[in-house]
Amino acid sequence: MSASPLIEIRDLRIRFHGDDGRVTHAVDSVDLSVANGATLGLVGESGCGKSVTSLAIMGLLPKQTTEISGAIRFDGFDLLKTPDQTLRDLRGNRLAMIFQEPMTSLNPSFTIGDQIIETILRHRGGPRKSARERAIELLRRVHIPSPERRIDEYPHKLSGGMRQRVMIAMALACDPRLLIADEPTTALDVTLQAQILELMRELKAASGAAIILITHDLGVVAEVCDEVAVMYAGEIVERAAVDELFAAPQHPYTVGLLGSIPRLDHRAEQLATIEGMVPNMAQPPAGCRFAARCPFALEACAKAPPPLVEVSPGHLSRCIRAPLERLVS
Amino acid sequence: MALLEVEGLVKHFVAERSLFGRVRAHVKAVDGVSFSLQAGKTLALVGESGCGKSTVSRLILRLIEPDAGTVRFDGRDLLSLDAAALRKFRREAQIIFQDPYASLNPRMTVAQILTEPLALHDLVPPAQRRERVADILRLVGLEPRLARRYPHEFSGGQRQRIAIARALAVEPKLVICDEPVSALDVSIRSQILNLLRELQDRLGLAYIFVSHDLAVVKHIADRVAVMNLGQIVETADAGELFAEPRHPYSRALLSAIPLPQPHAKRARVVLQGEIPSALNPPAGCRFHTRCPFVIDRCRAEAPALVSDSAGHAAACHRVSELPPADTILPATAGFSPALAKLVAAFSRKTEGAAGPGVGIQSASPPTT
Repeated sequence: MSASPLIEIRDLRIRFHGDDGRVTHAVDSVDLSVANGATLGLVGESGCGKSVTSLAIMGLLPKQTTEISGAIRFDGFDLLKTPDQTLRDLRGNRLAMIFQEPMTSLNPSFTIGDQIIETILRHRGGPRKSARERAIELLRRVHIPSPERRIDEYPHKLSGGMRQRVMIAMALACDPRLLIADEPTTALDVTLQAQILELMRELKAASGAAIILITHDLGVVAEVCDEVAVMYAGEIVERAAVDELFAAPQHPYTVGLLGSIPRLDHRAEQLATIEGMVPNMAQPPAGCRFAARCPFALEACAKAPPPLVEVSPGHLSRCIRAPLERLVS
Repeated sequence: MALLEVEGLVKHFVAERSLFGRVRAHVKAVDGVSFSLQAGKTLALVGESGCGKSTVSRLILRLIEPDAGTVRFDGRDLLSLDAAALRKFRREAQIIFQDPYASLNPRMTVAQILTEPLALHDLVPPAQRRERVADILRLVGLEPRLARRYPHEFSGGQRQRIAIARALAVEPKLVICDEPVSALDVSIRSQILNLLRELQDRLGLAYIFVSHDLAVVKHIADRVAVMNLGQIVETADAGELFAEPRHPYSRALLSAIPLPQPHAKRARVVLQGEIPSALNPPAGCRFHTRCPFVIDRCRAEAPALVSDSAGHAAACHRVSELPPADTILPATAGFSPALAKLVAAFSRKTEGAAGPGVGIQSASPPTT
């Protein structure tokens, strides 16, 4: 890992103000950093704040109803204090994002070529002809067959896997330093997912960009990520290198998640379950947010919020009972 | 005798008509599918989008009418049933859909949702229906007091429990589960899978489990049929199929699933190209456009589904020449020793401390 990370998030807090005056704590004291060329997996279930965190990085949260504090340092900027104009220059250029739904993130009334060329012209300028050539080159890089012909097609002519490739080509148009991929393969069939993951690995090796991969699929994390941050109810509950996390998780929530997935390499008679429900984030619990569902919880857990502490070098857990090995030996 | 026997099922949908109504193109959604299912067992239909797995499940229930083929349920030929007999059959075969947000009527309370099938089939006298609804809710791990609530008041996992309760209300012998956990979060998914298995053991249900997720299928199925473009390309007992997949497509599917195990040593079969359209399936073997082992014969001649003596069947010309499949899944068990202990401790403790209305509570099977 290099000395100064490419992106560094410090104490990020995001609150949404609802129409009825309710305040939802979407993200709380999130610290993250990603080094150049690394891939960080951001894992968690629906509503844990993983997508909101990524939208905050991109500056895409609605200003009127969102309250954000903390700092997001990227490339010499604090993205939370950067004026909109500068942010627009960064987005699609040094910062790029791929969304889950390739059907809805392309404009149906323009050809895919128009949409890629628009990005190139907006950030790089130059004659349209050379932008078109670059667009064809990009489509070839993401393995779209006969890109010279495909470039003039409309999104509806392409299959889901193809559209996701176009989205990736568009994201790569200006050689981003950081690529955020929000569930990029969730809407795809497994054989297409394998192709897209392969492509992402390949592109990462070629471009050296850092990737933040948001997913609920621990299998995808194991395949492509170097580091993992597990989120629960708006907080990061565990952070570790990928091997560490899968071999010896240090937060009970991670243990529950790993135990609850059916696996191809192991047939369990009974899958682990995480009982109960996620807390209401309009009134988050005073202590550990997972305590009510945690089989290892003590009385102290519900009293004060646990800090994120280093259990072993580079392995952080927000659990006062970590290291968890003590509980089972 | 098998509970369900499906023979040569065919369904072609009209995709395009000319100005004068002449049919121009068909989608060959299901094209000659045969299988059988024993009472109390689970058959999984696996495949990617558009392979026809959901169409098969709807054909069995006669929610849509097949073009050809026979379906025998408990010895009766379903396709010759009249309306009254069909209604009686539907009491014995139920379906659970993927999206619990869409499959429950938002204007009905849970009690109404669960009473409707009881009244339709006239199973329980009106005076006892309320008690029966409470029994069914307990059976799926929900508290009877929740019967007065509306679907929007429940989480996704709870709604799927209600959908299961509705299917079980009429005491079916067969339940078709069409991607029942695909829309759920991982931790909720395991609760529903555990529940489905527990209910099967307790009530002797047979399941047809339609899914694209082979890891889920491995967990729940006794027998597996892999479908590609309207046809079964491989079928075998679950243990057999996962230990030694024979068809190149089954192998590709298995190897495409990311394992939650970093640096797992396994062979990769990454398929090139797109899934062909069922509107115009390739000639010969329908998998040949994506198959890494394709030869000329595959392009010309469609392979038959040939079974060995153990009931493991594959439709591939080259099945005897393919390399061994032992590298597709790593031999090492999934959990590290430390994780195995932690997961065991996690499960043991949660069982003791299951919260009300969420965990599976002890309930006796419903009685009529």
